[in-house]
Amino acid sequence: MSDIVLYTILTVTAVGVTAATILYFAAQKFKVYEDPRIDQVEEALPAANCGGCGYPGCRNFAEVCVNTDDLDSLFCPVGGNETMASVASILGKAVTEQAPKVAVIRCNGQPQFRARTTEYNGAINCTIEHMNGAGDTACQYGCLGGGECVDACNFDAIHMNAETLLPEVIDDLCTACGACVEACPRDIIELRTKAKKDRKIFVSCVSQDKGITTKKACDVGCISCSKCFKVCPYDAITMGNNIAFIDADKCRLCRKCVVVCPTSSILEIGFPPRRVKEEKVVAKEKPDNVDNKEKNA
Amino acid sequence: MSKLLTVALSPHEKNKDSVSRLMYDVVIALIPAFGVSLFFYGIGALIITLTAVLSAVIFEYLITRYMLKKPATIMDGSAALTGLLIAFNVPSNLNPGFVILGSFVAIAIAKMSFGGLGNNIFNPALVARVFLLISFPVQMTSWPVPIESRMKYLDAITGPTALGQLKEGIMGGNTVSGVMEKLPSQMEMFLGQMSGSMGEVSGAALLIGLLYMLIRRVITWHIPITTLATVFVIQGILWLVSPERFADPVFHLITGGLMLGAIFMATDYVTSPMNKMGMIYFAIGIGVITVVIRNFGAYPEGISFAILIMNSVVPIFNRYIKPKRFGELIKDGK
Amino acid sequence: MLKTFPKGGVHPPENKISADKAIVELPLPKKVFIPISQHIGAPAKIIVKRGDIVKVGQIIASAGGYVSANIHSSVSGKVAKLDKIFDTSGYRKDVVVIDVNGDEWLESIDKTTTLIKDISVDSEEILKKITECGIVGLGGATFPTHVKLKVPPKKIATTLIINGVECEPYLTSDHRLMMEKSEELMVGTQILMKALAVDIAYIGIENNKLDAIQKLSELATQYKGIEVVPLKVKYPQGGEKQLIKAIINREVPSGGLPIDVGAVVHNVGTTVAVYEAVQKNKPLFERIVTVTGKSVKEPQNLLVRIGIPVIQLIEAAGGLPEDTGKVISGGPMMGKALNSLDVPMAKGTSGILIMPEDESKRKDDKPCIRCTKCVSVCPMGLEPFLLMTLGENQLWERNEDERIMDCIECGSCVFVCPSDRALLDYIRLGKNKVGQLIRERKVN
Repeated sequence: MSDIVLYTILTVTAVGVTAATILYFAAQKFKVYEDPRIDQVEEALPAANCGGCGYPGCRNFAEVCVNTDDLDSLFCPVGGNETMASVASILGKAVTEQAPKVAVIRCNGQPQFRARTTEYNGAINCTIEHMNGAGDTACQYGCLGGGECVDACNFDAIHMNAETLLPEVIDDLCTACGACVEACPRDIIELRTKAKKDRKIFVSCVSQDKGITTKKACDVGCISCSKCFKVCPYDAITMGNNIAFIDADKCRLCRKCVVVCPTSSILEIGFPPRRVKEEKVVAKEKPDNVDNKEKNA
Repeated sequence: MSKLLTVALSPHEKNKDSVSRLMYDVVIALIPAFGVSLFFYGIGALIITLTAVLSAVIFEYLITRYMLKKPATIMDGSAALTGLLIAFNVPSNLNPGFVILGSFVAIAIAKMSFGGLGNNIFNPALVARVFLLISFPVQMTSWPVPIESRMKYLDAITGPTALGQLKEGIMGGNTVSGVMEKLPSQMEMFLGQMSGSMGEVSGAALLIGLLYMLIRRVITWHIPITTLATVFVIQGILWLVSPERFADPVFHLITGGLMLGAIFMATDYVTSPMNKMGMIYFAIGIGVITVVIRNFGAYPEGISFAILIMNSVVPIFNRYIKPKRFGELIKDGK
Repeated sequence: MLKTFPKGGVHPPENKISADKAIVELPLPKKVFIPISQHIGAPAKIIVKRGDIVKVGQIIASAGGYVSANIHSSVSGKVAKLDKIFDTSGYRKDVVVIDVNGDEWLESIDKTTTLIKDISVDSEEILKKITECGIVGLGGATFPTHVKLKVPPKKIATTLIINGVECEPYLTSDHRLMMEKSEELMVGTQILMKALAVDIAYIGIENNKLDAIQKLSELATQYKGIEVVPLKVKYPQGGEKQLIKAIINREVPSGGLPIDVGAVVHNVGTTVAVYEAVQKNKPLFERIVTVTGKSVKEPQNLLVRIGIPVIQLIEAAGGLPEDTGKVISGGPMMGKALNSLDVPMAKGTSGILIMPEDESKRKDDKPCIRCTKCVSVCPMGLEPFLLMTLGENQLWERNEDERIMDCIECGSCVFVCPSDRALLDYIRLGKNKVGQLIRERKVN
């Protein structure tokens, strides 16, 4: 009996020692040198692995950071300037600050504005519906409501609003990684530079159809009337492809364009309510507009 | 036009197949075997079947409704089928408590914990059978004698199966022919007049079921025929080598759960390979393991273990055995 | 034993309701909307402007690239405007709107119906005429015919296959064409044979069109090198690759073209259009369309000018039925559900199928039970269930390894799926994404 115990102990010990030796030499032989700074940089990164920087994961991004001389072309949208500053200090390189961005949904085609013309009956997936055609409404540029951006978001920052059937971005959670922009087959989502107090003014429409077609399809579409373009004192608005576009870097949030827009396709978000006097004027001209704004505010 | 046009990607035409139609077709295919077991085991068979089917359906309903909080999936017939197969795999004098336990193991552990229909790795009914067989070997191996125990249930007169007698006889130093003398004739066994689990006794009834499923295109011939052929061929070789030690292949085809396993258990959609070549390898594996267990293992019967073992390698088959692609040979320069 | 392709395939209910309805010409409309992208490849470039007077057969948009085709006016009248309206793709595309005024054809077009058997022009001239007349594949894929007829260097065409299979349920336009324009079809085949310099041509017809098989077989004895091949009824036999496999038993390599095995396939409609282009100088501005459906009052085979809105075709067939749920351009297996009834007819519209409401909704999808039916019916030997799962999980590289690009989108897998899963939707998604990956790889 004791023999068996002894033999067992001996055999197992021998196997263990042999294996350990082999492992030791193998580890020595196949050791790969890695810059220890890569680990440090990776430590400083948010470890979201979202791919917002343009690289597959945080480790890849860290490698690129270590191996490059110029950090300016690299940016981690999730960590923002703070993270980039700490990365720069680890590596002893310089980095310039970049303005933080946020994703905005450039479509306001809620069911009451945009009448249904067909009934889509296929798989619920934006890209598939996009392949099938214009979607359930007569607008071939607007949101399909399949929620692919919601699935793409790693930070839980986009949700579908059950009432408007449109996605909504929660600004505080949005890291501007760009995953939703990539996911949207209709390029509705845009990353815009954040303004103070998270205020936003943007054209909530991407329809490149002629004004009349857009108007027929959706009440709040941009009909490219150029009124906002004319009224803008800062040259922030450009017209092209039958659509107005507000450059977030030039916009000073004066809200003049919002007032003149005949279809309320320009949205203002995060502003305090207008003064009573002003509101009356607006209300007289465009009752729809006010309702809409209240909903969005 | 008042109504909206429906749009979707093609195709716009669909045949009438549905999951429930397929499941109920299998149930229909099991009816002959059920009839035979009613004839031989009477009241016991009826009680066991009702208990198993009802408990399986109820467990599935409770789990989908209250644990997963999803719409109940009992209408697709898969739970009822699992219950039926559990009943077919146990002796007809089993205590209903064991049957309910078996249903619970099959539905809750083998099926729903993997994600429900379509995601389970192992055949739920077989998991239940093997679970019961290992946990309660005495109750699970005391089979009622046919006909005589027709009106009896828990108090049925019991006897061993043909395979059990064979195994015991050989272990005890007898020759095959010596054991055979005590057994009913092969024709009687083929029709089902022997001790055994209630669904497995009648090879004839099960073959009718196979024919029905083949005609209705519920399954293809690949798995059942290959399994039976493999057992026949390997057992045949063994028999030719040593007829004193190994029983003849026909005896092995018609006894035990081979037919039931090959026709109804191995062909379970979810747990069998996804293409024809894979199915054939899968079936050969089942046949080989069955023969090995029956002739050289400790258990007299091996089809359940064989199917479960082969179930576990199905994902590998699916990964590496691919159907022949159109235009493949030419591209590879062959 | 009739020939067919060996792997996979399904047999949907045929429903060829309009098979014995003779072709009727649809009266001219007041307005036509001629789309300028009616073919695979680059859209044509519009060369008319508002106010121009055009005649029937006059070119209004010229090919926008090598893989592109000319577009001709199908009516005579004044160009009212250039607009964008929904077409069969489901998107607004450029159209030329023409107000119809009379029916004045270009003088160069031979309007008579006399058969011209002698092929006086050489192969180069044939190709030139086909290019000029904007002939595209009329089977549904609308691939420009002249591109198909130019055999790439180092490749030799040995066999011409004329596709008269019409494996799609409901559609009968090719069947009627074979019955009513049999002689033209034969001459057209001879023209294509001359253009490709091949000696053998097979006309493949499924065995559910016995009258066409009989008629063409009798005619074929008068023409050298043409043989009619009856085929077993099986979908998707009309797919190029399946048809080649069925008739001459050669397998087009994965990722390859029929010419890789020396075969060129043309639809019967295309062949007749080629005849008209070469012998009669008639550009492609009209085609035969089946308007059908279970609840349609008078299913019809109509000869329709390109650009007429679909609703007018439906009205000619007795109006839109009350219970309409879906209107499909093409057949039920590969056709496109239209999102508007004002969609104009295009060169590739082989049929208008109206489905009743109770047949037009898909059932809710249930979990895959791994029954392998999709694998066994796939004519390309793929595993649709796997491609769909990979697509749902966005594993595009795996999808590519599983040869998703071989999929011909025939829909057989969805047809048989007992769980009503949207297999083909996700396979199309995968093809889309894998296609992007492949293009990106080429760029880098």
